[in-house]
Amino acid sequence: MARIVGIDLGTTNSLVAYMKDGQPRIVPDRNGRTMVPSVVALADNGLIVGNSAKEHLTRNPERTVYSVKRFMGKGLADIQNELTYFPYHLTETGGVIRIRLGQKNYSPPQISAMILKELKLRAETYLGESITKAVITVPAYFNDSQRQATKDAGLIAGLEVLRIINEPTAAALAYGLQKNTQGTIAVYDFGGGTFDISILKLKDGIFEVLATNGDTHLGGDDVDRMLVDLFVSEIQEREAVDISDYPDHLQAVRLEVERAKIRLSDELKTEIAIELPEGRGRFTRALTRDQLESLVMSVIERTLVPCRMALKDAGLNPKDIDEVVLVGGSTRMPLVRQLVEALFGKPPHCHLNPDEVVALGAAVQADILSGGTTDMLLLDVTPLSLGIETMGGVMSSLIRRNTTIPASAKEMFTTYVDGQTGVDIHILQGERELVKDNRSLARFRLKVPPLPAGVPRIEVTFLIDANGILNVTATDMRTSQSQSIEVKPSYGLSDTEVERMIEDSFKFAAEDVGARKLIEARLDAESLIKTIDKSLAEAGHLVAREEADTIRIASSQLSTVKDGTDFRAIRARMAELEQAAKHLNAVMLDDSLKRGLQGKKVSDVS
Amino acid sequence: MARSMCWHCQSEVTGEYFCERCVKVQPVSKETDYFTCLGVPRRLTLDPKKLEAKFYELSRTFHPDFYQTKSTAEQTISLSNAAVLNTAYRTLRDPIQRAEYLLALETGSVKDIRTSPPADLFEEILELQDTLEEYRTSDRGSDQGHQLRAALQAEQEGLERRKEEMESQLRQLFADWDKLQDTGEATSPARAERNRILKQMRDLLSHRTYINNIVNDLAATIA
Repeated sequence: MARIVGIDLGTTNSLVAYMKDGQPRIVPDRNGRTMVPSVVALADNGLIVGNSAKEHLTRNPERTVYSVKRFMGKGLADIQNELTYFPYHLTETGGVIRIRLGQKNYSPPQISAMILKELKLRAETYLGESITKAVITVPAYFNDSQRQATKDAGLIAGLEVLRIINEPTAAALAYGLQKNTQGTIAVYDFGGGTFDISILKLKDGIFEVLATNGDTHLGGDDVDRMLVDLFVSEIQEREAVDISDYPDHLQAVRLEVERAKIRLSDELKTEIAIELPEGRGRFTRALTRDQLESLVMSVIERTLVPCRMALKDAGLNPKDIDEVVLVGGSTRMPLVRQLVEALFGKPPHCHLNPDEVVALGAAVQADILSGGTTDMLLLDVTPLSLGIETMGGVMSSLIRRNTTIPASAKEMFTTYVDGQTGVDIHILQGERELVKDNRSLARFRLKVPPLPAGVPRIEVTFLIDANGILNVTATDMRTSQSQSIEVKPSYGLSDTEVERMIEDSFKFAAEDVGARKLIEARLDAESLIKTIDKSLAEAGHLVAREEADTIRIASSQLSTVKDGTDFRAIRARMAELEQAAKHLNAVMLDDSLKRGLQGKKVSDVS
Repeated sequence: MARSMCWHCQSEVTGEYFCERCVKVQPVSKETDYFTCLGVPRRLTLDPKKLEAKFYELSRTFHPDFYQTKSTAEQTISLSNAAVLNTAYRTLRDPIQRAEYLLALETGSVKDIRTSPPADLFEEILELQDTLEEYRTSDRGSDQGHQLRAALQAEQEGLERRKEEMESQLRQLFADWDKLQDTGEATSPARAERNRILKQMRDLLSHRTYINNIVNDLAATIA
């Protein structure tokens, strides 16, 4: 079976890992860096991803996309109150956010696909083989639309996504493999944009998730945002400049506070320096860890609510937790560690790199799927209750949150009116009573044969697979015939749209390759023409005039095709020119050898 | 569990979960009850450790993770088997859900047991609902608010005690049921005993769920 890689598609950084000799390893780039910044920029020469794109954040803010994970599976209304923070232009089509880059609109899965492609390329370069299959991680608290969007991103990137797994459980797999832990563990995963808590029971290689909870909109980004707001208002007060009018400077502030926050995990005090726009000098300020902590306390405390809920759902008290594992870059903050220790009454573990542990776990899961690891099995749960809309706008729950997946529920439907030929079904996810307070996942129309009211009996099966993604099937109980259902997602790309994006992505990829080959061929042709011109000037007199003419003709023919768009024609003319100049080159070599020997004694040569 | 033809090689399936001839996984039959599915006796007192061990063992047998390299047909079977197994374990793991499920199996009524208040608590519960309503609309910081809260707290404790009593009565009925099953008699006194247990169990389960809902509501209101 072809190799399956494990991918952590993060809000801030992404990583790819593989399994070697029973141990997961991160794929580094040429410089040994393990993380790819999850940033995509539209530069003059096309779309760029990762470290080089990150440099565009301040140079080209409106054409540089970061934190795209926050938009996965969402509509514009979901992010209304933070729209002002993003320098790039956002719109919505068909319930899906679109990001404008230059002349084109991109959906979040397409932007994510670019990051995935970069990881794919990195793995292919490092491992020297083609990579087509992957396990991708998502926050445990991601809903169906967000999971589906992640799967779509994989497809668009040319990856078969064999499994979507939850980040905290992936981390648990990596930890479990390392230490052969038994007992009950809590994984506290606080990343760039999302927070998850998962409580697992580890026993004889089985990783059974007892409960999970979280907030898909709570992370280090929110800490940075509070700091940015503070400095923007201080600069406004002290310097009478509104930084938020200058997207490039605003991005510079964001990056500066992020760095300061990171420094304050090791130091007690740091200096912040911000270049003011229009040459107005610099704004400098000292920031202490105490100041940072009192400012962001409320954000960190918000993580404790999901922790208590998860404990309650698992039927456990904090003291029942044997080990606490920290995952995600934000857990480097000493305040986070303090609060977690206070809640669980024991110091948390962090002996694996919190940035890398999720990708390592994804590689372990990939190895389980390919049959390499057979003694470990992850039994995960669905984070949110699944239900359908019933009379009066009330949600009727079919699969409760924290149910082990795969999970299924069957529901029988009939008609209320004679001859009715369809029943509309609205699928929801969430914990609230009323439909309007829950997340709409999808709608579909059940086809019913025209019969007297109450006679048709259509059984619908709602199945949440091991990816946490919903599949719906229906069977007419009178005829035992199953019917296909076309589900229209509320916040997702339709199948046809995804297909088009896959095609586009391959087309662009082909165009990209073609463009690169053309550029390379032109450069090679130019250097060949120069070399030949030089040779003719230096040694043209050593060959027959006809021969020199043939070479000149071949050279001018190459000059003509060089400016065309067909790299194959350029390569062909280059071959002809090389052939024509073969004798000249040989003569030149001979001549230079001879001249090299002149004036030297025989004893020097031998 | 499946005693039919193998979907793949058409030979009679004699193995438990796999066809012995072609070693393909077999779908768990729709008629298979959760006790049979998990390979445990149809009893109301089950050892949670044994149940868990069985669940883990069967998860290793059916989980889709182990069918990634197999055919699409086998993957589909593994997916639906794993879903059935998970439902079976979730139901049997909890003693109350287990009893409700057994009741449905034995008496054939598939729909949920309606919740109803115990007759002797009817008046008390009506009053309690009034107090709850009053508390919800009162100023919680006021003296009246404090008094109402104290009254509700006392009610909650009383109801919780009542719930525990019911649960201990239920445990006795579970033991009675298991004993009756172990003797396996089909005499007419045995049938009468069986009907008595099922009837009492149904009433107790219904009252307990009712009280449980009220206690949860109370706890959420005064929290």
